[in-house]
Amino acid sequence: MSENDPKAKVRQQIDQNLKRVYQEALEEDVPDRFKALLAQLREKDAESGRERP
Amino acid sequence: MTQFAQTDNPRDQIVGHLPQMRAFAISLTRNLSAADDLVQDTIVKAWTNIDKFTPGTNLQAWLFTILRNTFYSNRRKQTREVADPEGVFVGQLSVKPDHDGKLAFADFRRAFDQLCAEHREVLILVGASGFTVEEAAQMIGVAPGTIKSRTSRARKLLAQLMGLAEGESVVIGGYEAILPMRMVAA
Repeated sequence: MSENDPKAKVRQQIDQNLKRVYQEALEEDVPDRFKALLAQLREKDAESGRERP
Repeated sequence: MTQFAQTDNPRDQIVGHLPQMRAFAISLTRNLSAADDLVQDTIVKAWTNIDKFTPGTNLQAWLFTILRNTFYSNRRKQTREVADPEGVFVGQLSVKPDHDGKLAFADFRRAFDQLCAEHREVLILVGASGFTVEEAAQMIGVAPGTIKSRTSRARKLLAQLMGLAEGESVVIGGYEAILPMRMVAA
């Protein structure tokens, strides 16, 4: 049935390749700047929290 | 081990979604430095608007929503792109398969890059990162039916860009390429 359908085969190949495209992007190292940014935001919040009465 | 604090505060969980946010940003921008700027903007927006996140709901979907909204609103500001989400210059840069019909991943990626962001978005959300049609519909702010038709249009364009006319058999290395049977929808 569907596995003999050429359209289904193209579909499956596209799916497989899409997962690979996403997986490749997922495996890219996340730059440290994002963690640094989160730390900075946390610090800023802590400071403004202290300033508030 | 750099383990981040396990707390109920969703702000502390953002860090755990960074690889996915970056992957989605790369999928939309197809450009690392643009992707990084987008992730950075998303982090700041998510942090400052965290009160708008409903605890217990899907944080990744929420972050992805901010990310894609930021992407499209920046794009509107920066460029004068033709506002045609279904538009792509098919045939202009069509990638033909090798003579033996081999469909190389590099060719696929080239075809994927030629799609408009709206098409890459639905394909990645629904096809690759595992969101349901309903979740994608909510994130993009359209009806589930629109996600379905947009996805099917995007697939068709991809096939065309790779030189695979619909109904044309895909042959890899002389034999028909079929994924494991478990991948076949029941």
